[in-house]
Amino acid sequence: MFARLSPTEPLLLVQGLAKSFGSLVAVDGVDLAVREGTITGLIGPNGAGKTTLFNLIAGTLAPSAGTIVFRGERIEGEPPDRIFRRGLARTFQIPRPFPQMTVLENLMLVPLAQSGERFWNNWLRPGAVAREERAARARAMEVLDFCALAEKAQTPAGQLSGGQLKLLELARVLMIEPKLILLDEPAAGVNPALIETLLERILALHRRGVTFFIIEHNMDVVMRACDPVVVMAQGRVIYAGSGEGARRDRRVLDAYFGDLPE
Amino acid sequence: MTGVVSYLVFFACVVLILGIVTLGLNLQWGFTGLFNAGVAGFYAIGAFTHAILTAAPQPQYLGNFGLPWIVGVVAAMAATAAAAWLVGVLTIRLRGDYLAIASFGIAVSIQLVTLNWEALTGGSQGITRIPKPLAGVFDTPLAFNLWYLALLAAIVGALYVALERIVRSPWGRVLRAIREDEAAAIALGKSARRYRLEAFVLGSTMMGLAGALYASFIGFVSAFDFLPIVTFQVWAMLIVGGSGNNRGALLGTFVVWGIWTASGALVTKLVPPTYAAQGAAVQVILIGLLLVLTLLFRPQGLIGEEAVVSRHAKD
Repeated sequence: MFARLSPTEPLLLVQGLAKSFGSLVAVDGVDLAVREGTITGLIGPNGAGKTTLFNLIAGTLAPSAGTIVFRGERIEGEPPDRIFRRGLARTFQIPRPFPQMTVLENLMLVPLAQSGERFWNNWLRPGAVAREERAARARAMEVLDFCALAEKAQTPAGQLSGGQLKLLELARVLMIEPKLILLDEPAAGVNPALIETLLERILALHRRGVTFFIIEHNMDVVMRACDPVVVMAQGRVIYAGSGEGARRDRRVLDAYFGDLPE
Repeated sequence: MTGVVSYLVFFACVVLILGIVTLGLNLQWGFTGLFNAGVAGFYAIGAFTHAILTAAPQPQYLGNFGLPWIVGVVAAMAATAAAAWLVGVLTIRLRGDYLAIASFGIAVSIQLVTLNWEALTGGSQGITRIPKPLAGVFDTPLAFNLWYLALLAAIVGALYVALERIVRSPWGRVLRAIREDEAAAIALGKSARRYRLEAFVLGSTMMGLAGALYASFIGFVSAFDFLPIVTFQVWAMLIVGGSGNNRGALLGTFVVWGIWTASGALVTKLVPPTYAAQGAAVQVILIGLLLVLTLLFRPQGLIGEEAVVSRHAKD
């Protein structure tokens, strides 16, 4: 289905990507690559354009210019549902659960191309629908177990704590075994114990071959998980390299703290 | 005594017919979050399609084909589905208030067409002599109405069971997800437009079915049966009964139509004929008051939304 990747070609390649809102240039010619098997971090001061970049990659926004190549195919301007079906999943900075649906249903919604999503199949092929539903449920329980949410399966998602909602965001996208997951500030507003759980889960998924691209302000998380790190400021990429390198990079320090004296 | 019984049977028939409309709106609004303010328009398309196809031929009309009842019912649903699909394709990108304004305008246009296309719809005269199904079998109006009540009860029962099943299916789960957070549903791979359109067409088709059942129950339709007040009444029924709950939709239909007819009877009795117009306005005010009181003191409606969980996701 997908063009085969050469070993050197990155999983996600962004070139010359730009987005302006009126006279405001939010993303200003970004070039970056996310290589398969990495946890690539994306940091930068507030207003640097990080979430806008994620919205462009995930299809929530259409770029003003530039290209986005995922697994060898151009995806810029495609609608978000299609990009998700390609195996590129994203979570939201502010969690967006389906609050009145149970946690289990939040997950069972997700599998792609369910027979029962077609109106008539529910009447004409109830056996197939029931079979898939049982499989989806089993899969959802596995994922909930993995994300430490199994006890909450029958709880309406609106009743979860902020940290649990972050785990739910991750759990939902795991229902499809995505190739690349964009996480928008997974640790923000989460208590330290739950951050450990979250980080552990991310590292475990990484060992299983999932690639991550993560916006995060928690530097401890970035330094422990991310390699390489991409730094954005004022809509541009100003650094890409090791996390340690970013800490010593002049442009990065300037972006965070203003121009420092020599 | 017979008078009371026949009136109650008549009342129950109208409640069940309007109940189908409310169930259709509940699928659109209660489960998918689509603000359809053009209910009366789809109800009208069903009623007029049925009337035009089945009414006894008359030389001055284009239609009035005298076709069998069942042909009229099926064609009414097909015509309404086609109209809803067209309206849906054109407006489905619109959110909330914008969809409401567009669908309201479309319904008003449909009503004006039925009022002015005299050769097809009889204009202000309407279409008469719409045959009632199996009317020849029954010798009294009460006997016919009882049979029709049984027929309606069977149809509403079947629709209720089908709706309860479908909102608990994976298809219904996507509708509920779209209602709760459309952007999240899209980010999780669901093509929201497809589901919005399907729910819009299906709900509207139910309204068209109700229109056909109304036409063949009364035996007469005119453009004045489909003024915007009908849309308002159906919305009141859904909100008062409990949006997102099929039993609530039916209960609300009963309560609101009960208040409407009771206040109508009272007004006719108490208000002198010279003030008939003001009396009729009192009816509308009462429904408005009921709606406002519901929204203020019991916004979830009489029954309220129930937690709907997919059949295979329960404990």
